[in-house]
Order: sequence, then structure tokens, then C-alpha cells
Amino acid sequence: MIKEESNNIKESHNEKKPLIEIKNLRKYFGSNEVLKGIDLQLFPQENVVILGKSGSGKSVLLKCLVRLMTVDEGEIIVLGKSIPDLNQEELDQIRTEVGFLFQGSALYDSMTVRENLRFPLRRHPERKLGENEEKLIKDALQSVGLEHAIDLMPAELSGGMKRRVALARTLILKPKIILYDEPTTGLDPITANEIIQLMLKIQDELNTSALIITHDMDCARVISNRMIILQDGVHYAEGTYSELSQCRDPKVKAFFKEVQSR
Amino acid sequence: MEYIPNKIVDFLEETGNFSEFTGRFFKQAFRRPFEWKEMIHQCYIIGVQSLFLVASTGFIMGLVLTLQVRPTMVRFGASAFMPDMIGISFIREIGPVLTALICAGKIGSSIGAELGSMKVTEQIDAMEVSGTNPFKYLVVTRVWACIIMLPFLVIAADVVGLFGSYLIENMKGEVTFELYFNRVFEVLLIGDVVPATVKSFFFGLVIGIVGCYKGYNSEKGTEGVGRAANTAVVVASLLLFVVDFFAVLIADIFYVI
Ligand SMILES: Nc1ncnc2c1ncn2[C@@H]1O[C@H](COP(=O)(O)OP(=O)(O)O)[C@@H](O)[C@H]1O
Ligand SMILES: [Mg+2]
Repeated sequence: MIKEESNNIKESHNEKKPLIEIKNLRKYFGSNEVLKGIDLQLFPQENVVILGKSGSGKSVLLKCLVRLMTVDEGEIIVLGKSIPDLNQEELDQIRTEVGFLFQGSALYDSMTVRENLRFPLRRHPERKLGENEEKLIKDALQSVGLEHAIDLMPAELSGGMKRRVALARTLILKPKIILYDEPTTGLDPITANEIIQLMLKIQDELNTSALIITHDMDCARVISNRMIILQDGVHYAEGTYSELSQCRDPKVKAFFKEVQSR
Repeated sequence: MEYIPNKIVDFLEETGNFSEFTGRFFKQAFRRPFEWKEMIHQCYIIGVQSLFLVASTGFIMGLVLTLQVRPTMVRFGASAFMPDMIGISFIREIGPVLTALICAGKIGSSIGAELGSMKVTEQIDAMEVSGTNPFKYLVVTRVWACIIMLPFLVIAADVVGLFGSYLIENMKGEVTFELYFNRVFEVLLIGDVVPATVKSFFFGLVIGIVGCYKGYNSEKGTEGVGRAANTAVVVASLLLFVVDFFAVLIADIFYVI
């Protein structure tokens, strides 16, 4: 593994406990070994970008973190809890702390925007913190700038609006960590940039940390404190954007060129 | 292992997965928290989606069956037995099977497509991470709704079908409404009605479970969703006949007439 980690990052990390810690994670589908021993840490208030080609197992990695998929080997510790060992109740509790923004937004198409946002609250009334449900929904929509869309159906929204509503639905439980699966894929550059700015704003206001999967180098450059390159199922290189973009390793170089040329 | 063709292995694997899915339904079907609101909504959707279709096919079947059978009965001088004959065959067999097949096409495919697209677009995953058990919310409610609604739809088909039959009888044989239906109810035994109703519950179960299973295990891509809807109909229709055969076999043992 190529480590380009600068000293100042290392020092600041030593004082804090990681929110997410993955050790030697392995995942197979039949004979197809997708993740071959991944190590990763996410520290408070940090945005880590994971880069990897399509099909390299990035979505699988995120899904393992909230046990949408089970791992075959390795440790996953989120907020101090070992994910594979939790019972359903504990798992649901952790999942309220970890927001997940799905690749295609994953809004429930049979429900209005309001019902979409209400959905996470129905099994987690404790998360309302005594507030009025309608107010929470409106506040969440306001934070993504879509108060007026509250009664629309997902089919009536543009791609960028869907992404925002999905983000609002994630934020309504006030998570500590947000997992973004390709937040800008499929959007035009201007809308993509709006989403990136929104992600930064949310991090700033709510003090969240994020693990972000992307192909989008602009997104990675703007948002990442640290980047990890996933290649052939292993954690191939790590560093800040500027470090990796100047890295001499041919694979990393090729990666930057290839992804950038899209 | 080499000698066993892949198709057979696939079939056995699929059967195993399907049985596991069915088991999972029964395990969760009675466990709280129960998603009442969604289940009632699904009952309503199923009713609205298929009532008209079921009733109109039932009506046409009643007309056609009477037109076809009548000449033979007349030839044997047995036209007075027309209500008996149509009544029994409708209530026992034609009503339930016709309704179930229509519903397999209409409801089974729509459940398959709906859950399939939810699966493919990660909506099911999104439910899971937001603390709602998607199996309970989506599968248990839909299967229950099918089980509950199928008998009602069968009754609707029976009533409308017999009415269609009466219309023909009235035209050709000048049988009055009272006479026709008195005759039908006189001849019907509990041994005709109970098995037909019980059978309808099982038809509902088959349609719901197969639709949900195919949708829930849909492959990625729009093609996968289409295939889920399509195979849901094919498999459900086939299974319906198997269930029907066993239902008739068992009813035959219990009610010897
Ligand atoms: N449910 C699954 N069953 C079998 N294989 C899967 C499944 N999900 C993902 N894979 C495989 O894992 C690999 C990585 O997929 P994914 O994580 O979605 O890639 P990406 O990096 O583009 O997000 C792919 O080769 C895919 O075929
Ligand atoms: Mg992906």
C-alpha cells in the first residue's frame, strides 16, 4: 500500500478515536472475491473519499458498514460497536447514527416527499426529541432548499432534487456519520456542484463526518480531507488530494488520468 | 455432480430459496409490530385493481358456459337442472380458478414489478437502514392482503357469473330470477362452499408469495424487473393448478357426496 499521509494529519488523528474502523475486511460473492482485505479509519469531522473503478466493490464496502451485506472476514467497528456482532435492536440504533445516501437516491416512489421524510421517524420516535414531526420534516427540507416540494411525488422531481430530498431524509435522524454512495453521479456539473456545496454546508452545520464514494474528481478535490484508492479489492493508496495527484506511482497516475478524462 | 444438468440444479436451488422465503413469511406473519395501515392500503389496491376484471370475466364465463351446456342438457330433457349444474361448477371450480388466474396475471405481476423495482433502486435497502423491517412492511402486508381479498373476489366472480347464466336461462328457458337462484342455493351443499373458500385463501397465498418472492429477488437492471414480473405470473399460474389439484383431492376425501 502506498501511504502518502502527511504528518499533520497523522498527529491530529492520534488524539481522537476513530468513528469507523475497518480491519482486514473481506467479502466474496461465490468465487468472486470483491474485497480482499480492506483497512480504513474515519475520524471525527473528517471527509474521506474512496475512489475506485466501477465494479471495484465500493458500494459493497459501504453496505457492509451498516450490515446491508454481511462480511466474510474482518472487523468493522462503528462508533465503538462491532457491527457483525450486534443484535437487531442495537443495529437499528447504530443505523440511526449512520446516514446512508444511496446511489440512485432510493426515494420511495409510491410516497410523497413528506411521507418519504416521515418514514425514518416512524420506527424511531425517540429521534424526534419531543419536536413536532411536521416541523422536523419542514426543517430538513429547508436545509436542502426544497420546502416547496413537500407534496410532490418523486417522479415529479429532477435528479438533483431527488438527491436533495434523499439527503434530507438521511438528515432527519441527525446522524453523526453520513455514507455517500456516488452523490454526484448522473448529475450535470452545475447540479453536482450544488450537491457538493450542500454536503459541505451540512458537515459544517451538523458536525458530521462522511465517507464518500465517487468517480468525480472535482467532488473528491473539493470535499476530501483524505482519499483512498481502491484497486483490485485492496486499499491501494492513501493521501490527500494534492499528495495523490502528485504521486509517482504509475497506477495512481493512471487512475487520476482515467477518471479525469471522463 | 457433472452429470446433473445445470437446469435441475438451478431448479432445486430456486425451490429451496422459495421454501425458505415462504417459511420466513409464516415466521413473521403473526409477529408484531404489524403494518396495519399498509396492509389495508394493499387490500384496497388489490380490490380496485382486479374487481372489474374479475367480475367481467366471471360474467362472460357465466354466459358462455350456459350457452354451451344448454343444448346438451335440453337434448337429455334435463334443462331444469341447468341452475344446479352451473351453480355447482361455478362455485366449486370455475369461480375460484378463473379469479385466481386473473389475479395471478394482474396482482402477481404488479407486485413482482413493484418490489423488483424497489429492490433494484435500493429502496428496500433504504427501508432497512431506516429501522423498518422491509420484509414485514412490503412482503407480509401484500401476502396477507392477497389472502384476505381473494375469497371476496371469488365471491364477486361467482355472483356475477351466476347472474350471467341466469340471463341466458331467462332468455332461452324463461326461468325467473327467484326460481333460478332458489334452485342454485337449494342444491349447494356446505361441501361445495367450504372447500372452495378455503381453496381461495390458498390461491391468495400463492399469488402473494410468488409475486413478492420474484420481486424481492429481482436481478439488477430494468430487464431483471421485467423478468421478475413475468416469471411471477408464470410460476404463480402453474402453482395454482397444483394447489387446486390437491385441494380437490383433499376435499374429495372429506366430503363424499
Ligand atoms: N448482491 C450481489 N451478488 C453478487 N455479486 C455482487 C452483489 N453485489 C455486488 N456484487 C459484485 O460485487 C462487485 C462490486 O460491486 P459494487 O460494489 O456495486 O461496485 P461499485 O464499486 O461500482 O459500487 C461487482 O463485481 C458485482 O458483480
Ligand atoms: Mg456502486
